[in-house]
Amino acid sequence: MNKKVRVQATINGEDVEFLCESRQSLLEVLRETLGLTGAKEGCNNGNCGACNVILDGALVNSCLVLAVEIDGRRVTTIEGIATAQGLHPLQEKFIAHAALQCGFCTPGFIVASKALLDQNPNPSESEIREWLAGNLCRCTGYDRIVRAVMDASQVQEKTL
Amino acid sequence: MTPLAVDEKKDDYTVIGKNPLRHDGTDKVTGRAQYGADIRLPGMLYGAMLRSPQAHARILSIDTSKAEAYPGVKAVVTATDLPDVESKIADLGEGTINLRHQSNNVLARDKVLYYGHAIAAVAAINLHVAEEAAALIEVEYEVLPPVLDVRKAMQEDSPILLDDIRTDESGKKGERPSNIAAHYQEQVGDIEKGFLDATVVIEREFFTSMVHQGYIEPQNATAQYNPDGQITIWCSTQGSFGVREQTAEILEIPVSKIRVVPMEIGGGFGGKVGVYLEPVVVLLSRKSGYRPVKMTMTRSDVLAATGPTSGSYIKVKMGANRDGKITAVQALLAYEAGTYPGSPVGGGMGVMFAPYRIENALVDGYDVLVNKPRTAAYRAPGGSNAAFACETVIDELCEKLDMDPIEFRLLNGAREGDRRVDGPVFARIGFLETLEAAQNSPHYCAPLTGPNRPHRGRGVASGFWYNYGGKSSASASVNSDGTVSLITGSVDIGGTRTSVAMQLAEGLGIPAESIRPVVVDTDSVGYTEGTYGSRTTFSTGWAAYEVSKLLKEKLLERAALIWETESDKIRFEHGAFLFEQKQMTFAQLAARLDETGGPVVASAAVRPEHSGPTFATHIVDVEVDPETGKVQILRYTAVQDAGKAIYPDYVASQMQGGVAQGVGWALNEEYMYDDQGRLVNASLLDYRMPVTLDLPMIETVIVEVPNPGHPYGVRGVGEVPIVPPPAALANAIYHAVGVRMTTLPMNPARIVAELDRQKE
Repeated sequence: MNKKVRVQATINGEDVEFLCESRQSLLEVLRETLGLTGAKEGCNNGNCGACNVILDGALVNSCLVLAVEIDGRRVTTIEGIATAQGLHPLQEKFIAHAALQCGFCTPGFIVASKALLDQNPNPSESEIREWLAGNLCRCTGYDRIVRAVMDASQVQEKTL
Repeated sequence: MTPLAVDEKKDDYTVIGKNPLRHDGTDKVTGRAQYGADIRLPGMLYGAMLRSPQAHARILSIDTSKAEAYPGVKAVVTATDLPDVESKIADLGEGTINLRHQSNNVLARDKVLYYGHAIAAVAAINLHVAEEAAALIEVEYEVLPPVLDVRKAMQEDSPILLDDIRTDESGKKGERPSNIAAHYQEQVGDIEKGFLDATVVIEREFFTSMVHQGYIEPQNATAQYNPDGQITIWCSTQGSFGVREQTAEILEIPVSKIRVVPMEIGGGFGGKVGVYLEPVVVLLSRKSGYRPVKMTMTRSDVLAATGPTSGSYIKVKMGANRDGKITAVQALLAYEAGTYPGSPVGGGMGVMFAPYRIENALVDGYDVLVNKPRTAAYRAPGGSNAAFACETVIDELCEKLDMDPIEFRLLNGAREGDRRVDGPVFARIGFLETLEAAQNSPHYCAPLTGPNRPHRGRGVASGFWYNYGGKSSASASVNSDGTVSLITGSVDIGGTRTSVAMQLAEGLGIPAESIRPVVVDTDSVGYTEGTYGSRTTFSTGWAAYEVSKLLKEKLLERAALIWETESDKIRFEHGAFLFEQKQMTFAQLAARLDETGGPVVASAAVRPEHSGPTFATHIVDVEVDPETGKVQILRYTAVQDAGKAIYPDYVASQMQGGVAQGVGWALNEEYMYDDQGRLVNASLLDYRMPVTLDLPMIETVIVEVPNPGHPYGVRGVGEVPIVPPPAALANAIYHAVGVRMTTLPMNPARIVAELDRQKE
């Protein structure tokens, strides 16, 4: 049995402490240890983006980060996007634009889009397409996702 | 051309045709929706599968002793743990399958027949231990030559995959084992005479590779076997009742012993109808001492061992006279079934010429075994391959005849009363309407050429899909706050909770938001077929419509009690009950159920005999870089007959999604095998599906020619949009750079090679 390591981190604004094996990915620990199953496993090798989380402000595939690497760091998952006031504009616009069908890739897209809007509040269509090229959606053809992000950026602009 | 009369069914709907927010939207944007792999049960074990590194081999021995002794391992199973199921045909809705083949696919018995074929499974305390133990299982093989090419597989001297397969010729079995599982033929008129009448005859050969549905959620299943023999399975499936049936048959257990809980599903497209893991986790749960066991496929397992639709070889010959009328057609379609019989070649044969009035035709189809995974349904199964061939040849005919491709299709297009080559006669259909809408679309009316950009071209192609009806059940109960709970067994892959709820709401005259739709397990609702065949909004929606009628009758009786009159004297309009000068809203009456006799509930089950076929016409503009062969899509418009679009945003989204998959199939996606039959691109980096940068916005035009065979005029919408894209793109590429592409995918290397050949 592999020896477990103690990790302390801030996840969705809360201090969290857990034990993990050094070989376990952040995705595995989020899902199997911490019960945060919003991040999805689509490929487990960084090709689909369904497991996207924000790590100290940077967008990462949580399947490519070891859980031990987040010690002392801040992680935002899909579960941390909505606030006590309600859904984030991205979440509202994904629903309003019918930007999801099966919904499996949706958490990854919303987290990725949040990371984009955090650093570029008013992206163009081509900037959005460039940024989201690491996220696979097989249902929608992306049209509505791109529109939802554009629309959410407008809402966010107004509320800032 | 005189304009066609479009059915103008009275359209004063209050709910249908609007775009309410989907009921499961919040769950799905917050990460709360529970998909199969999100399950965690007390004491749960994790499973891992050992898969074959060989494409074709006899299994001489399997030694699981080291895996069983590995610390943390609780159970190991192989095919010897499965009953030796007899050959028996089961209907999977989108195709039939022999249950013995299905069982052997779940765990290989005597032979492995493709790279990735499941051999043995382990349940352990965590996934890492399970994977390590699976790697300790020793299998001794007698390696056999793999059969990887559909035409070679058909030759008499080819190695044979399955000794029990004899070619089925319209029910008559051949005498010798063969890789040709079946030969089908459709014939009408006299093609010799038809080709003599032709001014132009074009004959071409086409080649396509296997492609995968590419759902982002890998297959997964969790089972709890109880000591009393009751089994619960949580899984990602398009059809919970189908999982129950297949698992029951493979394990020889009565269906009533199995409860299947369909979790949210991360895409299916036809690939999540047949079972893979479900029987295995049931065995592991029992063998591990009744502990729950979860298994999730890796992405490479998904690509190597599930899904794909057939690669194919197709030869098409078409003739047309000086006026552009098609005089005769002939085609041969050979589809790779993969390991076991059941390719969608029949689907392809029917799709190929369905959009056109054909008097003389001869179509041959072959279902051919190769050492690749068993194929599964994929969105309009078999259709895209066939349309790629036919619609490309039509483009060439148009060029020779100097005709506009839409005018050619309008001249030859099928309409009500026309007989398809494969037999059925069309009821009211909307093919010509899609052509006219395409012709009038902003896209087709706009010129192609941009500022000083050569190498641009526009392509047009059409497509047909049958659509399916099938069995659906629905139940509903009226809540005291004026809402209605709706229970169905239709897994919601793309907004069907809402499109079904809208049909109930329309019937009751209440808003869609007043319906609370839930999808439940196989013990909690009447039999319902899976979400496939573009059937859910059609059939389950119809069941919801029937439920609305029953609820309305019962509510009229309650109103009659309150007003002390007869129920037939009360009118029900737009959600209000009216009698003389009195009025009660739906919600007001719902609040008074207790005083009038208690709960009001209703259930209905439907099995529509006919569905409502549909057509699509697509227009695409591309720019081809002649140096690199890269195809950039500049503009794409999809036109489609939806019958009646219940939930238009989600109809359009189906169209856009179908286009995206069709674009991937056309330009990038293919299964690549080495000469030993090993899949060499089993990852999402190497099996390259379209990303945001590969596609423009996708314009949609929804045409509504109501289906006379549905209370609200619905036609299925999910499948047909994947049929035209490969042909539309091939035609656009031709008009951009002058090469006729006859092999999919039309990737940069192939386009450059064709351009080089053209220069010679």
